[in-house]
Amino acid sequence: MNHDAELADDVAIPGHYNLRLYVAGQTPKSLSAIANLKAICEEHLAGRYTVQVIDLLENPQLAAGDQILAVPTLVRHLPPPIKRVIGSLSDTDRVLVGLDIVPLQDLPLEASPQQAPPS
Amino acid sequence: MSIVVSPDGTASVLLKSPTGIAGLDDLTMGGLPQGRPTLLCGAAGCGKTLFAMTFLVSGATRYGEAGVFMSFEERSDDLIENVASLGFDVGELVAQERLLIDYVRVEPAEIEVSGEYDLEALFVRLGYAIDKVGAKRVVLDTIEALFSGLTDQAILRAELRRLFGWLKDKGVTAIITAERGEGQLTRYGIEEYVSDCVILLDNRVFDQVTTRRLRVVKYRGSAHGTNEYPFLIDDRGISVMPITSAGLVHKTSSEAVPTGVPDLDKMFGIGGFFRGSSVLISGLAGTGKSTFSASFANAMCERGEKCLYFAFEESPDQVVRNMRSAGIDLQRHIDAGLLCFEAARPSLFGLEMHLARMNRDIEEFEPSAVIVDPISAFRGVQSEIHATLLRLVDVCKGRGITAILTSLSLAADHVNESDRSVSSLMDTWISLTDVEANGERNRVMYVLKSRGMRHSNQLREYLLTNNGIQLIEPYIGPRGALTGAARLAQESLERAEELERRQLQEQRRRALTRKRRAVERQIAELQAALEAEEDEAVLEFHRDDEREGFVQSNRHAMATIRGASQ
Repeated sequence: MNHDAELADDVAIPGHYNLRLYVAGQTPKSLSAIANLKAICEEHLAGRYTVQVIDLLENPQLAAGDQILAVPTLVRHLPPPIKRVIGSLSDTDRVLVGLDIVPLQDLPLEASPQQAPPS
Repeated sequence: MSIVVSPDGTASVLLKSPTGIAGLDDLTMGGLPQGRPTLLCGAAGCGKTLFAMTFLVSGATRYGEAGVFMSFEERSDDLIENVASLGFDVGELVAQERLLIDYVRVEPAEIEVSGEYDLEALFVRLGYAIDKVGAKRVVLDTIEALFSGLTDQAILRAELRRLFGWLKDKGVTAIITAERGEGQLTRYGIEEYVSDCVILLDNRVFDQVTTRRLRVVKYRGSAHGTNEYPFLIDDRGISVMPITSAGLVHKTSSEAVPTGVPDLDKMFGIGGFFRGSSVLISGLAGTGKSTFSASFANAMCERGEKCLYFAFEESPDQVVRNMRSAGIDLQRHIDAGLLCFEAARPSLFGLEMHLARMNRDIEEFEPSAVIVDPISAFRGVQSEIHATLLRLVDVCKGRGITAILTSLSLAADHVNESDRSVSSLMDTWISLTDVEANGERNRVMYVLKSRGMRHSNQLREYLLTNNGIQLIEPYIGPRGALTGAARLAQESLERAEELERRQLQEQRRRALTRKRRAVERQIAELQAALEAEEDEAVLEFHRDDEREGFVQSNRHAMATIRGASQ
């Protein structure tokens, strides 16, 4: 399977978000999810994210790799652990909770976010 | 087969997809509806997954149909390991791309919902898998796991409805498994969407014994067996036992099968049991029920026929050892593959399970005779035992197998409850009992009934000797039938009487001879006396004559002298 070749390399850069959005065809839900994601990322993750949009109708073999059931599904590959948000991403708050997005200014400088002790 | 009318108005036969599960294909008259989804529901531990996997594996190995197993519960590796216990090498089938396992992980904790969604990805995955191996068979195990992962039931139900429609369009024969729910077939009511065929699995505990049962709840467009059928899961896969439909149409044979005890053969008008008949040997403890059975088995095997021995109280080794003491060598038949033992404790499974197992063993071994030793070991409701034995007898009769069933009688009144209930099933009934008298216990047998032949009504005493069972010529005398020492005593008594009588006779004969001799002697003496007297008399007469002559001549001379003559 050319799974790894097609998807971006998962290099852990602290504070960097590697996201994948799985859709199935150009349905209204897909289009709205893509638009919503773009808006959220620009607002909250400007400059520290990569997004790949994967159309399962074109690459059905990729569905099993990320255990995709529903579409649209947004998968946060980095930072670990893997997080999933399903739906058209219309509820921004839930997306932020789901992706566990930490505002940039809250990032402790000496540690990466996943190792941060609860403050 | 049943007829369905397709939309264009032409009648067509409902195609079926055989499951390869022995018995299930019989009771569904061919298998699951082809190209349609079937719902398989049951509580945890009923064997839903194994059932579904069997469907796929036999599809791939026996019917040339590839399959897709979409698992929502078990991981692929676990699944392959679990079904290996049924003797399936799923790993190999996966490697050959005849089977594809897709594990769908549903982790509620990882899923955050924001906005609208659908399950198109599931369709994509399934479609991709089906196309990849060219699958004709699909299993979704257990799709209800989605209900725990996805909270929006409205979306889920709409999508499930769409999924089952989509499966039909794909033309795949699908099994959808589901957990049994309270008051309904499935926990989330998905029987609403899958309505072509519904099979219910059940695992019931009665009196601490578990029995698996299967029921075809509905089968649209086809006739099917409606009862609950026991089924069995073991190292040889799954088998279902559909035998309440057995009609009384057995072929009957007039051939006699020797009983293995020559003296016993003589008690039956035809010289043995009828082939394919059912024989009950009932008796008290220690009356040699097993020995009679083993004698029969031995005789069968010696003629080169196969015999299957179900032992419920003794291990095969123990039976072989014990029978050796009665001069019956069963081991050589086992080695020759003619005799096969199947031993299990009656409490190991329920009655139905035993029945299913016996049925399968009979199918596999194809024996000419079956021995069940003993049927009284089965515990349960009387009517169930009766039904089980009825089915067993039917299975044997249907195959022309001579069945010997032994039954332990508990009380001295030899006709106990279980005997009574099965007596009508039996063609021949040999009753073994014992007679206690004069401080000893003797074994006695008689033929209680034997359908279709003349048989002896004689109570016969028998001995278990080093050379098998020996029937003793009955003592029938003025004092009735006697057994054991009483018989021996009576016999010696008679011998003594006989001797005495003979001696007395001899004595009389000698006396008579003596008397005759005495009389003869007397006769001889008398005769001698007579003869002596006669001699005397003759001499006397002679003398008289002489004297007369002398007197005459004297007178003549006198006359001459006197000249008185002319």
